[in-house]
Amino acid sequence: MGDYIVLVVSCIFVNNILLAQFLGNCPFLGTSKKMETALGMAMAVIFVLGLAGAITWVIDAYVLKKFGLEYLQTIAFILVIAALVQFVEMFLKKSIPGLYAGLGIFLPLITTNCAVFGVCVLNVQNELGFMESLVTSVAYAAGFGLALVLFAGLRERILLARVPRALQDTSIGLVTAGLIALSFMGFKGLV
Amino acid sequence: MAKTLTQEFTKGLWKEVPPFRLVLGLCPTLGVTTTLENGVGMGLATTFVLVCANLLISALRNVIPSKVRIACFIVVIATFVIVVEQVMQAFAYPLFLKLGVFIPLIVVNCILLGRAEAFASKNGIVSSLADGLGIGIGFTLSLGVLGSLREILGTGAITIPFGASYAVMPAAFEPFGFMVSAPGAFVALGLLLALMNLAPSK
Repeated sequence: MGDYIVLVVSCIFVNNILLAQFLGNCPFLGTSKKMETALGMAMAVIFVLGLAGAITWVIDAYVLKKFGLEYLQTIAFILVIAALVQFVEMFLKKSIPGLYAGLGIFLPLITTNCAVFGVCVLNVQNELGFMESLVTSVAYAAGFGLALVLFAGLRERILLARVPRALQDTSIGLVTAGLIALSFMGFKGLV
Repeated sequence: MAKTLTQEFTKGLWKEVPPFRLVLGLCPTLGVTTTLENGVGMGLATTFVLVCANLLISALRNVIPSKVRIACFIVVIATFVIVVEQVMQAFAYPLFLKLGVFIPLIVVNCILLGRAEAFASKNGIVSSLADGLGIGIGFTLSLGVLGSLREILGTGAITIPFGASYAVMPAAFEPFGFMVSAPGAFVALGLLLALMNLAPSK
């Protein structure tokens, strides 16, 4: 049990997927202008990454490794993720319309979110077991959500500030992200 | 309306240079640019995939049904990414190790899907080739500039891709370690973007 707690803390804070590993930066900048969209994206990523982490692990262990097809990993994983996203979208639309309305437009965007694909590849590369993969995926996704929500809060405040013209919008956003990353570096000694 | 090939090619170099103007493909831009060599290696790998995928998608554009086009594009892109992965593993192993997870991640680089959707699926083979080359070279140059900036400030030296390393800063220069760390990537890219905004946009 203790191992899992260490794993979760390291995935959320120390090796934060956005700020330390640079995965998923496009939605990080794209959906962080409003708190509402940031929350929607964070929830969608946690949901899909949890599922994708488990499913790609099974595919890797029982299909790719079994038949010696490891070199097809990239194409297999991206197809699994794309199909999964479609499937989740259809399922939610039919049976949980409330959640679907909340996640709505963010679901299709997840297919090209490199955080999802990246974590699945990293799990396999680091040869994690099934439970570890699942916990890591959810913890990374939670870290993604945390960073995204923090960043969205800051960006809403920046709107009220007077920013030099050349630095406006994305530019100041990147510098702000750098400062958040700097504060996350403070967690380094934690694990 | 008809643009010349040169225009298709050069727009990728300045007007629509990917990580700065389009703000696409940020993950490799931030993740691998700790040195010039990594940046250029990543840029070249992406350019290869971009050009090949653009060509094939443009050649198949009348055959691909529009309902499943995104899935088709992803399969085409993923195929070329696997080619790059295997080739780099065979001929440039040290670079392959350094770029690590970012090589398979080319497949989810939004630049590729963006160009396939916005350009190659609507234009002929030759102009798609010019578009792919232009955007690819623009991407490589951006990564090169960001990589060399971070390498010079962070370590005080610069390594020519696949060549020797030279010290460019005077001996008294204290390496600015922040630049090669994770937060430095964000700040360096943000400031470069601001510099580009300062340049007159005619």
